[in-house]
Amino acid sequence: MLRYAARRICLALVILLTVMIAMYAMVFLIPGDPASLALGPRATPELKALLVQRMGLDQPILTQIWLFLRNAAMGDLGYDVWSQRPVLELILEFFPKTLVLGITTLLWALVLGILLGAAAVVWRGTLTDRLLGLLSVSFISIPSFVIAIYLILVFAVWLRWLPAIGAGNPGDPLSQIRALVLPAFALGIGWVGYLARLVRASLLEVMGETYIRTARAFGLSERRVVFRYALRVAIIPTIALLAVGLGSILSSAVFVEAVFSRPGIGTLMTGAVSNRNYPVVMGCVLFMTAFYLFVVTAADLLIARLDPRVRDAFRR
Amino acid sequence: MSEAVLNVEDLALSYPGGVQALRGVSLQVRPGEVLGIAGESGCGKSTLASAMISLLSSGAEITGGAVYLRGENLMALSERDRRRLRGREIAMVFQDPLTAFNPVLRIGEQLVDFQVNAEGSSREKRRRAAAMLSKVGLEPDLALSRFPHELSGGMRQRAAIAAALLMRPAVLIADEPTTALDVTMEAQIIHLLRELQAEVGCAIVIVTHHLGVIAELCDRVAVMYAGEVVEVAPVDDLYHDPLHPYTRALLSCDPSALVEHTGHLPTIGGRLPDLADPPPGCAFAPRCPLASESCATPPPRVRPAPAREVLCHKVAP
Ligand SMILES: Nc1ncnc2c1ncn2[C@@H]1O[C@H](COP(=O)(O)OP(=O)(O)OP(=O)(O)O)[C@@H](O)[C@H]1O
Ligand SMILES: [Mg+2]
Repeated sequence: MLRYAARRICLALVILLTVMIAMYAMVFLIPGDPASLALGPRATPELKALLVQRMGLDQPILTQIWLFLRNAAMGDLGYDVWSQRPVLELILEFFPKTLVLGITTLLWALVLGILLGAAAVVWRGTLTDRLLGLLSVSFISIPSFVIAIYLILVFAVWLRWLPAIGAGNPGDPLSQIRALVLPAFALGIGWVGYLARLVRASLLEVMGETYIRTARAFGLSERRVVFRYALRVAIIPTIALLAVGLGSILSSAVFVEAVFSRPGIGTLMTGAVSNRNYPVVMGCVLFMTAFYLFVVTAADLLIARLDPRVRDAFRR
Repeated sequence: MSEAVLNVEDLALSYPGGVQALRGVSLQVRPGEVLGIAGESGCGKSTLASAMISLLSSGAEITGGAVYLRGENLMALSERDRRRLRGREIAMVFQDPLTAFNPVLRIGEQLVDFQVNAEGSSREKRRRAAAMLSKVGLEPDLALSRFPHELSGGMRQRAAIAAALLMRPAVLIADEPTTALDVTMEAQIIHLLRELQAEVGCAIVIVTHHLGVIAELCDRVAVMYAGEVVEVAPVDDLYHDPLHPYTRALLSCDPSALVEHTGHLPTIGGRLPDLADPPPGCAFAPRCPLASESCATPPPRVRPAPAREVLCHKVAP
């Protein structure tokens, strides 16, 4: 298990390194040097020289990459070109808001998706099953920003039940929760459909196993058979997917945050891209990549823990 | 002859595609007896076993007849009432011990779950599970806390037998309980079954390919062919004086029964008839050395001796 963990972590670090080098190269392949792009056409040469020096742009490119990685490893992601605040500080301010949105989304989507998938199996072959299938497919196929716009229209503009924009007032948990409902719904509804289909398929496969027959042969109720004997095995593949899910939810959060004008790493990144604020863009990408890799690796290790067969395979 | 504890009456069952897996099977299981079911692959043994516990695979349809457990018609009961009988009145041991237990739950948790139909707290159920595990020769504290894959095949099959006997059911159905095991393990499991049967006093229905197992363990044997029971007899009578031509062929194919070494294994020529479209007469006739014109009509059920039944034109009553 330990060796497996070490191998997974090494792999994650290699991927991170590759992403950083690729991104650095990309910034330099874009025509125009970052300093003049950031400062605009009317910057004085002195100001430009100062920025070039501070960003290390006068060094050879390999040295730059090395310096960037070295600083990043020590927690220094550079400074915001405009506000001069450390990029890491900005990220740490905005990321928790995105993370709250992502995790809320994932949790409700997970609970509802598993329940719908299991319901489809308990009532398999009936009208309920077919309706759930239809519903899931429509959930999957509607883009989240379309749903977001309709949600705002119905619940914020017409019914006035929930706020249309923002993240709620600081220090007021109720308003923060209310502000979370619509974005989390828009972001998660596709995942509900996806998870429901996935759980249904993997449950159906598991329901054919002998141990399900054994459980039935002892008179366990269908509900207990599905939820205790089948679901425990059937959700194992779902967990691997969840990590990928959190990654993709965080990246689609960029759209949803934009539609709902919700502060978060998505709005930070879109703002920085349009201002050519390269240190912030790079910091955000590095951070998100690292976070994503962390989650995926953690999920693999979690599966190894959850499934005793996998656990033992690695112990040997 | 005492009252049957399990009574299968003229049972007919088909699978999707019109496969008539059981065609009018009648069979009685008496309290405390060991009944063997033999026959070649695909003749409907597993189907009969699962019908006995009314645990049919999806798509299977009962097209006639009934199964009575202590006089109660299982086919007429609601699913709920049927569930209530399982484990307590009738229990089952499956062929493959590797897949019989849930891989992510400990043996102990499963043995407690399996006693849904028993009285008592879960502490009590756990204690009962421990007692039964030690009876089948497993170290109870160890086995309870293990995951299935941490036990060997033989140990798992012992645990499965322990599970089935937890509530001392009146009937234990074992579908090829030793086929997945090696020879020594098989002998041990057979020995164990015989011991437990004497102690618990349950009737055992054992499905097997292995005629040695039947000779070792059973009181009576039912031989199946193409969805029918073609011969029922006490085990000694069947071995010494098989009446149905198929039974004779089956016995002569048993490698352990070969008297002289001939260098090749005898086989029965031909194949099982298509169960989707079975012949109107005797199903074995196309492969039978004694077949004549009369065999094209349905064979009579002959009772040559009080405890024997044969489905054949060629056997004198
Ligand atoms: N779930 C099913 N769906 C359709 N047909 C089935 C199903 N299960 C069994 N059958 C068919 O029913 C017939 C009897 O099968 P069964 O499994 O009862 O035979 P068996 O005597 O147990 O064979 P074996 O010795 O190989 O276990 C076979 O022709 C088989 O193909
Ligand atoms: Mg079988």
